Amino acid sequence: MPIRVQTGDFDIAREIAALRGDDARIGAVAAFIGLVRDINDSAPVGKLALEHYPGMTEKALAGIVDEAKSRWSVYDVLVIHRVGELKPTDQIVLVVVTAAHRGEAFAACEFIMDYLKTRAPFWKKEQTPAGECWVEARASDDEKAARW
Amino acid sequence: MIQLIYLARLREALGTSKEEVELPRDVGTVAALLAWLRTRGGAWAAELAPGRAVRVAVNYDMARADTPVTAGDEVALFPPVTGG
Repeated sequence: MPIRVQTGDFDIAREIAALRGDDARIGAVAAFIGLVRDINDSAPVGKLALEHYPGMTEKALAGIVDEAKSRWSVYDVLVIHRVGELKPTDQIVLVVVTAAHRGEAFAACEFIMDYLKTRAPFWKKEQTPAGECWVEARASDDEKAARW
Repeated sequence: MIQLIYLARLREALGTSKEEVELPRDVGTVAALLAWLRTRGGAWAAELAPGRAVRVAVNYDMARADTPVTAGDEVALFPPVTGG
């Protein structure tokens, strides 16, 4: 159950290949990649700074992955979340889930993202023409997490 | 002593990232800790005012108002998370 918080980028193909290995039980791989957009709440975004709480962030992510594994029959999970300075089009987050069947893989992947958005300690600060501002949490994210 | 950690917007608003404090005898929960910090006034009273969206973690676990706080704990204060 690899969990990584890192400043550097990640290579999706390499990460998926490493997670799969030669495990022939795997019939489905679901992956989600989050990207930096150039617009948020109708304001153009130049750069983005991502902060986390070392120690707690990793623990919170591990807890979310454990919860997903207890709810769905999945084999393995990879979560990579970047921190530091990012720009539009950059990759921010990767979640990969391997399972025997797609239903379990899709569900676990979406659950992990919904919980990550509301429970993992990361904070975004955007650079806009009006200056720097911390991104506000969205009620819609809480609603998505509450579905599960 | 407890270690207090301030993150993201709260760190900037309060002008500090961490401090060590000796807890008064009657401060034994997250709610009591926040109330005690508010008595500092200024940005502390404003940022930690009831109704403001402040999240608290005790020893890396999300805490609630009645979560105990005791000597040796690491207590972090931060705004709602916005990762992903």
